[in-house]
Amino acid sequence: MIAPQAPRTAGCSAGSCGSSAGQMGGLSDKIRAKVQDHPCYSEDAHHYFARMHVAVAPACNIQCHYCNRKYDCANESRPGVVSELLTPDQAVKKTLAVAATIPQMSVLGIAGPGDPLANPARTFETFRQLALKAPDIKLCVSTNGLALPECVEELARHNIDHVTITINCIDPDVGAKIYPWIFWNNQRIHGRKAAAILIAQQQKGLEMLVAKGILVKVNSVLIPGVNDEHLKEVSKLVKAKGAFLHNVMPLIAEAAHGTFYGLMGQRSPRPDELKALQDACAGDMNMMRHCRQCRADAVGMLGEDRGDEFTLDKIEAMDIDYEAAMVVRAAFRAQAMAELEAKRRHKEKASQILRFQPRVAKPAGRPVLMAVAAKNGAVAAHFGHAKEFLVYEAAADGVKFVGHRKVEQYCAGNETCGDAESVLERSIHALAGCEVVLCSRIGIDPWRDLEAAGIQPNGEHAMEPVEDAVMVVWREMLAAGKLDFKPSAAKCA
Amino acid sequence: MALEIIESCVSCHACLALCPSQAIIETRPHFLIDAGKCSGCLGDFADAQCAAICPIEGAILDEFGVAMNPPGSLTGIPPARRAAAQAEIAAR
Ligand code: SF4
Ligand code: SF4
Repeated sequence: MIAPQAPRTAGCSAGSCGSSAGQMGGLSDKIRAKVQDHPCYSEDAHHYFARMHVAVAPACNIQCHYCNRKYDCANESRPGVVSELLTPDQAVKKTLAVAATIPQMSVLGIAGPGDPLANPARTFETFRQLALKAPDIKLCVSTNGLALPECVEELARHNIDHVTITINCIDPDVGAKIYPWIFWNNQRIHGRKAAAILIAQQQKGLEMLVAKGILVKVNSVLIPGVNDEHLKEVSKLVKAKGAFLHNVMPLIAEAAHGTFYGLMGQRSPRPDELKALQDACAGDMNMMRHCRQCRADAVGMLGEDRGDEFTLDKIEAMDIDYEAAMVVRAAFRAQAMAELEAKRRHKEKASQILRFQPRVAKPAGRPVLMAVAAKNGAVAAHFGHAKEFLVYEAAADGVKFVGHRKVEQYCAGNETCGDAESVLERSIHALAGCEVVLCSRIGIDPWRDLEAAGIQPNGEHAMEPVEDAVMVVWREMLAAGKLDFKPSAAKCA
Repeated sequence: MALEIIESCVSCHACLALCPSQAIIETRPHFLIDAGKCSGCLGDFADAQCAAICPIEGAILDEFGVAMNPPGSLTGIPPARRAAAQAEIAAR
């Protein structure tokens, strides 16, 4: 029998992952209510609630140039890559086990390793059982969209309220550079014709979901030189059709992954390119910045993987009393929602007070990007141990969270993958565009290399709250006269 | 007439539900085709369904042992390019 764990609300390394007003601005009350405790969609909720994915859908009906169906490595942490395929029964058992152990678990997603809707029997059997046995868990699904229109009725029947469609283009000529083939009407179709069918199905599916009142998020993979400019049009169109969020993710391409893009030398976007595109799209719609491209079968809070506690043999040995667990879960939820509500109200009040202050002359000093090695909202991680950095933009009017930068994105290191780039080089690479990196401690060698790369290391604010520290450093830079001019572009290389 | 699945199959399940003759066997280390059941999809579909969806070049052979999806036909990666990259990665 599983003893429900004492509610625990820690989990994110950031103190505040950006203003929820910014994230939720422009959403209707109905949508706001739907996403307010969704860890992937609501920035403040991901401190309190968690999601998990189950790998029940192995087959795919299209090929993308950034995917290699052969690749399934234990070190892999790209999205959509998982190791352990589950049957629907096993997936249901795993979900109930996790939900009974971790009351924060509020969302169950099916995302891969193939396309969930290309495996309709397995996907819908999992949803059907869960809707019945665990009505307190939200269900969501990600798809490439090809089979979406024919699945909308069934999705609505299982009370799925979140669907993510990966839409990389709306122009078949762009699509032909991303998708080599699709399987359609019992044939393999190649090239531009394939892309045209896929795009039409995605758009039709999006419209049908919106008409049914099902929330739609759109994911796009930013592929430099292929769809970078084009994604601005995609963003406009999907918003006009009623998608509530557009999430632009960077392409991850390396030769060792064996993908078309990896082998053909297609480069991944630099962090500053990603941010520029996200900024360009943000004017049009809600952008999701705190997405960490989590491993598809990750269990636990965003960015934290508890999958090892729930392997198949461990789950088989568990005896779950879900009725009892649901009581604990409901209590946790009530407490968490009350805390969230209080925090949101506090924030609203703070912003109202600001609004009543008379506008002072436009303050001097340009905005600066700073990276922070954070833990639980404080500057608490050693530079060399940080697996990811939180990036903030500091300016006269305050500190804004802009995103995460991962260091060890693809594999465990040199020995396993034979990758020549050291962890230090990767860290510096990942921090492109940042002028300062705050950490609790840092070694002499990395200090020197960071400085050489134009990034100022700063270890003076160990254990201080992240946003306070960033603001202090910005004010120091302002006082030192460093913020009157544009930084040289060299460091963005 | 029968097709054959060989060891490069990644057990992705894609062919399983499509086969009109229930000839695909879900087994380890990789899927197989029951030669006695496989009709080559004749009379059901213009294209052999398993070969039309399989994402892995070379995983399915025709009755003469020739790859239904030869190297480069699905991924668009020229075989020479892949071989060079593989050699380079192996040499590290
Ligand atoms: S060729 Fe057709 S009948 Fe034969 S195994 Fe493939 S799908 Fe089944
Ligand atoms: S589609 Fe190809 S790779 Fe997938 S299970 Fe069938 S033979 Fe194997």
